[in-house]
Order: sequence, then structure tokens, then C-alpha cells
Amino acid sequence: MGKSFAQKALERASGEKDLVPGQIVDAFPDLYMSHTASWRCIRTLERMGVDELYDVDRIAMVMDHISPADNAKTAGYHALCREFADRMGVRKFFDVNAGIAHVVLMERGLIKPGELIIGTDSHSTIYGALGALGTGVGFSEITATWVTGKLWMKVPESIKVEVDGPLARGTYPKDVMLRLIGDVGADGATYCSVEFHGSYVEQMSVSERMTLCNLAMEMGAKNAFVPPDDTALAYLDEAGADRGSYEVLLPDPDAQYRQVERVDGRSLVPQVAVPHTVDNVVGVDEVAGTKVDQVFIGSCANAKYDDLAIAAEVLAGNTVAPGVRLIVTPASSMIMAKAASDGIVSTLLQAGALITNPGCGACAGSGGAMADGEVTFSTANRNFQGRMGSYQSSIYLGSPATAAASAIRGVISNPQELLA
Amino acid sequence: MTTVEGPVLQARGRCWTFGDNIPTDRLVKTKYVVEPMSVIVAHVLEDLNPRFPLEVQPGDIVVAGKHFGQSSGRAIAVKALKATGIGCVVADTFARTFYRNAFEVGLPVLELPGVSELVSDGDVLAVDVAAGTFRNEATGQERTVAPPDAFLLEMLRAGGLIPLAKKRTDLFDPAT
Repeated sequence: MGKSFAQKALERASGEKDLVPGQIVDAFPDLYMSHTASWRCIRTLERMGVDELYDVDRIAMVMDHISPADNAKTAGYHALCREFADRMGVRKFFDVNAGIAHVVLMERGLIKPGELIIGTDSHSTIYGALGALGTGVGFSEITATWVTGKLWMKVPESIKVEVDGPLARGTYPKDVMLRLIGDVGADGATYCSVEFHGSYVEQMSVSERMTLCNLAMEMGAKNAFVPPDDTALAYLDEAGADRGSYEVLLPDPDAQYRQVERVDGRSLVPQVAVPHTVDNVVGVDEVAGTKVDQVFIGSCANAKYDDLAIAAEVLAGNTVAPGVRLIVTPASSMIMAKAASDGIVSTLLQAGALITNPGCGACAGSGGAMADGEVTFSTANRNFQGRMGSYQSSIYLGSPATAAASAIRGVISNPQELLA
Repeated sequence: MTTVEGPVLQARGRCWTFGDNIPTDRLVKTKYVVEPMSVIVAHVLEDLNPRFPLEVQPGDIVVAGKHFGQSSGRAIAVKALKATGIGCVVADTFARTFYRNAFEVGLPVLELPGVSELVSDGDVLAVDVAAGTFRNEATGQERTVAPPDAFLLEMLRAGGLIPLAKKRTDLFDPAT
């Protein structure tokens, strides 16, 4: 019987053979990511009374949530992380200027195919965009792994998602994922490894694959996976990952899947997740005309270079509607630099956008809070009640193009009307 | 091989019910995440049931529908629920990160599909996580389900991953 990607990746990380779904193994992750919550890991380490670490070069810390610090208390947490990184020699430490952990680590060649990556963030599923097994864990688990190098992992069942294209103009990977999440539900892939295949996936950029794998979390997945191909290898070359430093792991053609889901990109229209759950998904025309007070283009799901370029394409020559706040938070400093050098930042500013420092920003509750009764259209990955300020506010989710079109008109709008 | 002695993971107490797909964002709101536990625990689940943080008693049992604890992987949400002193959480299903974090912080949890149909607020329940047994004393209904893996039960008995790591250095030796 053939093996899935997850079976192969956990065999590699555990040194065990012939793993089957449901089995629990001790796995040795290649990288342990912790974001601003690193301070909790450090405090836990102090409580353990241990100061000898398994392999400090596998620790990556990125100060992306609550960044830069917004008061003396959070500044203290940041200071604790900096002091620890300096004292212990954590070389993969990225401060508040770098951006969102997931994107920062991928664009710097620190995530490689076949690797097992654990992170103190549920959207660690994103690392599947480069063929790694990325999964979210708790902060004490990160601490325990700092010390022992290993962590228990259950071998998941796998789900195959086939996406065929090309997509209609004005639709994007975000629309594919919202449709899929709407179809299978927020718990449709719980505990499962989700593999993306199909003609459209093969044509996607790594950045677009990040959106797929990031949003797989919102169907409950343990991890996500896109088979690494020439596109992925070229990305890794550019990011500085030596080809001799990793081994691509691919599922066997006869791997066992719990279920197969299909999305036909050719018939897709722009999708919107309406309040207050990510699996409450409708075609954009069903909610078109809903007044928005704020538009947020940010998050690890949709604030990468191509996302900003799409927003700029829609916004070029237009202005944000009176009374609407458009907040753009690039995912990383490298993305922001590129967007600045080729005019995207200027286009966004001329349209009336507020551009913030790179990082998690409003998605993680830093800035961009809403008052009672307000509505935000967001490119992020979550719309739970109260996530952006008041419990009497609402969040709609969609693509950067739908966000930009909605900012221009001041009401939720189909971007196909502006791109035509 | 030594094993860790500890509580038998039995709970008996009043039931607090919650629905499907409760996100961790609503267990512990983002604005409280950086506060001390004494503050966090005073607000846990307050938007879904304002009485819960005020009236929950040690040994009470939380029962939820499907996919409990979805969204953010913040382990602080599980820690906050444990800090209320509840005996355990029983749900139709759990979100993966919440389930994992429960063992990490030592909060007994039992996945029992259909349990949300068997309970009302205030029913007295008796749950044995290690045995996988559930009884609603108000209605007499009983269920049995496969308990969590033995390794995970040992983590719960120790009080979580870090206490287990301190007691069972053999388990956590990188060389073994």
C-alpha cells in the first residue's frame, strides 16, 4: 500500500518505518518556530530549571504579534525574548522589523521540503507550500522540544484536494479555499493532512500555495502539502536553500486518502466568508452592497507581494470611498521593500490607503480595532466575533481584489466589475 | 520503566453546556492574553455565558458540541479553563490544537461523539477519562468510548507535559 506525504515525513522525522494513521511516534522536528509568545516558552524553561538545549540552531523566533510593542508590559516580553536569543545564541531571531514569522522564514530559505516544522501558531500549516510538514503546537511543547529535540506526533489520515483551472478573472487562491472550507466545514479536515493536487495547483506560485496551505487550518487540518516542483525549487534557490540540504518527499501514486475533494476553478466566482465563521461562505454577489467601515489587507493568508500587486491593480486610478479606512499591512519587510521599489506602495498611498509596518497587525489585535456596529472586509483568515475589537462588530473575509473593490465603493463589491 | 502516579482522572460535577465550533478567541479574548491568569480566568467564556466565570465550581464539567476550541492555537485558553478548577471537558469532537494543548497543560478531556445531545445545564455528570466512561446522573444515560492513548493519560496524571518531563527524564532523553 502506498504512503501519503505525512506518513513519509513522520517516518523521516522519527526514524521509524511503515507508520500507519493513528500511530503515535516521537518525532524530531527540523525547526521550532515561536513568535512573540516565545516569552512564555522562556518562562517555562526557567520553571523547568534547564539551560542546556538540544540544538539552538533549530530555534527560530520572530517578533510578529503585538509588534512593535504597544505598552511597557509587552515591551518587557519583547525584551525577554531579545535577551534570551542573545544569551543562548539563537541566530534565527527576527525582531519587530521583519514581518510575519511564516513568511519571513520561508522567504529566507529556512523552511525546506520534507522537513518537520512545529510552531506556536495554528497557521504553521503554511509550510506545506514548500513541501514541509508544518503544524501548530503549544508553547510548553516548544519548550520541551528546545530541551529534548523531540515531540509526540500522531500519524494523520490524509485528504486529497484536487483543484483544476484556470481560474476566472477576478478569482484567486483565497476564493478556492473559501469555497472549499464552505463545502467541507470548519472541522472537515480535523486531525488530517491535506494534500493539494491538480492542474491549477501545478501552475501556482509559491506565494499562492502559501494561501492554500495557510487556510487549510480553517478546515481543521493538522498540516497541508503541495508537491514541490520546479516552481518550488526555484523559489528555494532564490531564498538561499542549498539543494543538497533537503530531500523532496512526494506521496506515492497509490497513497490512501480518507476522502477526495474537488474544486473546479473555472466555474468559481469571488467568494466571501460572512460573519461570524470562516465556513459561512457565499458568492460575493449575495452580500454585495453591504456597507464597510474598514478594509484590511494583511495577514499570513493574503499580504504577500502578489496580494499587494492585485490590490494595487484594482485601486490604481481610484480612491478609497469617503469614510472608509483602508489598512494595508505587508507580510514582511522584504515584501514591503519590493512593493515600494516598483510603485505598488505609491499606488496604494495615492488611493488613500494607510500602510502600516509589516507583521500580524490588526489580524492579531494590534491596531485596526472596530467600534460597536462597524464592519471590516478583511483578507485575513478568521472572522470570529470580537476578533477585531467590539463584539458588536462584524468581519467579512475575501481576496485582496474583493477587498480593494470594496474599499473603492464603500460597500462589498465584486472585483470582476472593476477588472473587466 | 517507571510510571507516574497521580489522580485517576475521574470527575463528578455540574454540567456547563456550550455549542459547536467555539473558538479559543471566545475562551480567552485577545485583549486578555497578556494579562495575569487571575485576570484571564475571571473572563473565560464570559461572552457565551456571563455566569460561567462567576459561578463555575471546582469539579464542574464543561460539555461542548463539535470542534470545540477551534481557531487560534493559544494554549493560554486551555490553561484558563484548567485554572477554573473544572474536572474535565467532554465534547462531540475537539479542534486539533485544543486537544493537543489539553494534554500539554494537564486538562482532562474526553472526545465522546453525541454527548452534546445527552446533557442540559446543571445536570450532574460522572466522567472517567481514563476509562472512557460517561454517566448523566440526572437522566441515567451512560456511554463508553475509547479513552485517550496511554502516553497521553500519563501526561494528564502528571499534570501536563512539563511536569511529566521533570518526573520521567527517561522519556525525554534525546538519546532514547
